[in-house]
Amino acid sequence: MSTPTFGSDELAQFRRTFFEECTELLADLEERLGALVVSSSDVESLNAIFRAVHSVKAGAGAFGYTVLVGFAHRFEALLDRLRDGKAELDERTLVSLVAAADVFSALVDLARQGEVPADDFGADVAEELAILLGSETAPRPAARSPGSAAEELPASKEKTYRIIFRPNAELFRRANEPLYLLRELKTLGALAVDCDLSRLPSFETFNADDSYLGWTMTLRSDCSPDAIAEVFEFVDNECVLTIAEADATEAKPDEAAPAIAASSKPTIVAPSSPSESKPAESKSAGKTGSISSIRVDLYRVDRLVNMVGELVIAQAMLAQQFIESRDHDDPAANQGFEHLAGLTRELQECVMAIRMQPVKSVFSRMPRLVRDVGHKTGKDVRLEMAGEQTEVDKTVIEELADPLTHMIRNAVDHGIEDAEVRLAAGKPAEGVIRLSAQHAGSNILIHVEDDGAGLDRDRLLAKATEKGIVSANVKLSGEEIDELIFAPGFSTAAAVTDVSGRGVGMDVVRRNVQALGGRVQVTSTAGKGTRFTLVIPLTLAVLDGMVVAVGWEKYILPLTSIVESFRPGRGQIRVIPGGGEVVSIRGEFVRLIHLARVFGVSEAVTDPCEGLVVLIELANGSKLGVVVDELIGQQQVVIKSLQDNYDPVPGISGATILGNGRVALIVDIEELTRLYDRNVRIADATTRPMAANA
Amino acid sequence: MAESQDLPSIGPNSGPDIAAALTRQFISFRVGDDEFAIDIMAVREIKGWTETTVLPNQQDYMLGVLNLRGTIVPIFDLRCRFGLGLTTATRSHVVIIVAISGRLLGLLVDAVSDILTVNAADIRPVPDVDQPIDNAFLAGIIPVGDGMVVLLSLENLFANHGPANTAVAA
Repeated sequence: MSTPTFGSDELAQFRRTFFEECTELLADLEERLGALVVSSSDVESLNAIFRAVHSVKAGAGAFGYTVLVGFAHRFEALLDRLRDGKAELDERTLVSLVAAADVFSALVDLARQGEVPADDFGADVAEELAILLGSETAPRPAARSPGSAAEELPASKEKTYRIIFRPNAELFRRANEPLYLLRELKTLGALAVDCDLSRLPSFETFNADDSYLGWTMTLRSDCSPDAIAEVFEFVDNECVLTIAEADATEAKPDEAAPAIAASSKPTIVAPSSPSESKPAESKSAGKTGSISSIRVDLYRVDRLVNMVGELVIAQAMLAQQFIESRDHDDPAANQGFEHLAGLTRELQECVMAIRMQPVKSVFSRMPRLVRDVGHKTGKDVRLEMAGEQTEVDKTVIEELADPLTHMIRNAVDHGIEDAEVRLAAGKPAEGVIRLSAQHAGSNILIHVEDDGAGLDRDRLLAKATEKGIVSANVKLSGEEIDELIFAPGFSTAAAVTDVSGRGVGMDVVRRNVQALGGRVQVTSTAGKGTRFTLVIPLTLAVLDGMVVAVGWEKYILPLTSIVESFRPGRGQIRVIPGGGEVVSIRGEFVRLIHLARVFGVSEAVTDPCEGLVVLIELANGSKLGVVVDELIGQQQVVIKSLQDNYDPVPGISGATILGNGRVALIVDIEELTRLYDRNVRIADATTRPMAANA
Repeated sequence: MAESQDLPSIGPNSGPDIAAALTRQFISFRVGDDEFAIDIMAVREIKGWTETTVLPNQQDYMLGVLNLRGTIVPIFDLRCRFGLGLTTATRSHVVIIVAISGRLLGLLVDAVSDILTVNAADIRPVPDVDQPIDNAFLAGIIPVGDGMVVLLSLENLFANHGPANTAVAA
């Protein structure tokens, strides 16, 4: 027989599960909060928010996070009034709800880290909640603080409920404790409890894991039957519950009606999953279709992804060995190998799909961010979103949150002008920010677009010159000036505001995006607005690559960036003063970069006319001709991190293992020009110290 | 300076039991004519030399990376790290895979010699002498027979093994 006390391992496991759930609940809360609009009566959203807060509260109570519970209590009370229509959702209330959600999630974070929040943590927000709760004429207590309920109430509103609670035998095994429920009930009003021992078996057949007791209770309270049902929210599929009004004469008909109607057989049954894992969602499940997902430890998924990656490599190695063997023309074996290759690829896609999630979870945080920042800066801004259902790897989603937050904040603070300026420019006073996501090949494209003033190139250049990012005598194109906002240590905010200028700039955004193997580019039209485009691979685990040979080495170029490859004729190549080389293709002049020179590979082809030029397109839309010896072939490669065991290598974004078991390096094409310039500049500095331009 | 190594200090009152408990094991190997040793606890695997994939623009002693059953492991030429020139690696050369601060890396050496079991008290500090090998790499000297084996500090050897990027302006 298992012991009913939990070891520290189990407790830690429960705690982990609780915080996992919290993360989901808070994301849901955030999303719903974003959907709320002033003076609307979106009861469904309010209900959802309420459920989220309530679920966190319930768990927090079980783990003894008292500060969190206390705060949740007030939060919940306000939400409760709102959804009952007893308080109005005005601007002030909405702002407080948003602030309260922040404090709430901060408290959850603190609890997760095992820290105890300071006494006055979130006190201002809590106070604001209290004011909002107090400012209404309260028909019932704002917060169900113990003891206060019965005394403060006008007696005429009190009703007497008869509650019969018969838990199923499994109750304890679902980690429920009826004592807490009874205590919770007690906070609603005067409670008399009668315990039913009739189901208690003889000692020989007694099973300590089973629940045998039942309770019949009488509650005098002014609360609604729903409030009582809510106490049992987490056990409603673990018990037989009857809530009936014992003395209906005093009650107002409208409130009493559901209780009376239900009193014949008001058993609350939740038909959805028997598991306790998502209690808050069980009510909405009927509407959205039953939930058919399971919660899996991310580590297991990662392991699966890794194993399949190894399998893909092993399959490729085997296939290569077969081709080199003398049986390679055996048709049956060939067919078998083809089948195996197909299955492996399919398996890999399936496994990758497990990690895919809609970007919605990040996007949903943005509406309130816009509202928040708009509020602080006094700007009227609307956020339009599209493509929230676009799926991308979970790790990518997590890493997207920071860059997106920063870019949206920037768009509101710097991009959108003040209302007067907008009106003067003939634009509507309300600014619009568009956030959209879509798939493009094996990448996801995310646009952040505002209809503001666009980048002020004169100011950008002045600032960059002042900060020494560019030297005064350099002539930059408009696009190059726009690019300056990504330079480290660059911030154009005239004054450091509360909103922007917190020390993270667009350079951090670019770094974050590049760390994901992606790129970010900006286009801007004066007076019309600015548009940032993020191109990010759907997954960090695999890459469609082109294997190229340079000397004895093999490198992988990301296929998505490759436009074409060709062997140029003599007439197409021009050496320009300063040592640079360009190739002319269809009237366009493209800069040439020798991979061998950038990476210092000896015994490589030096004449582009004898090797190949791979034309690639960079994130900023410019093109580059990469000179290699030859193309080996196209291949999907499993990305391995170099940085697990070594430091970052400039120009290399990762590595992979080829069919022959050798490591091949994946080229970071965005770094190539910078690397080349650096090498050339260093070379110049040693040979011609006064080189004007490289 | 060598006294600052975290070797247990043995007081005059230490009994034989304590000394026995402080026995440590090392793997000794040969680079050129010299014998060196590293803590056996750091060693994960010993394998023959295979061609590496060269990483661009690295220090000379960084020979590139190997595929160790799916993990990418950087390989270093110990002789070159000591400033004694590059090893011309052949199949008879040996790579010792070690784990240092959570990372795996490989050391190219000429040959592995022995496993030494040494009383911690017998490890002697390195005298401060003028020599080609930087003193910071050395953790002590173990007398073996009438010769000696130099104990290496792996942490110091590879504390800063990144690419030569210090000269590059941001």
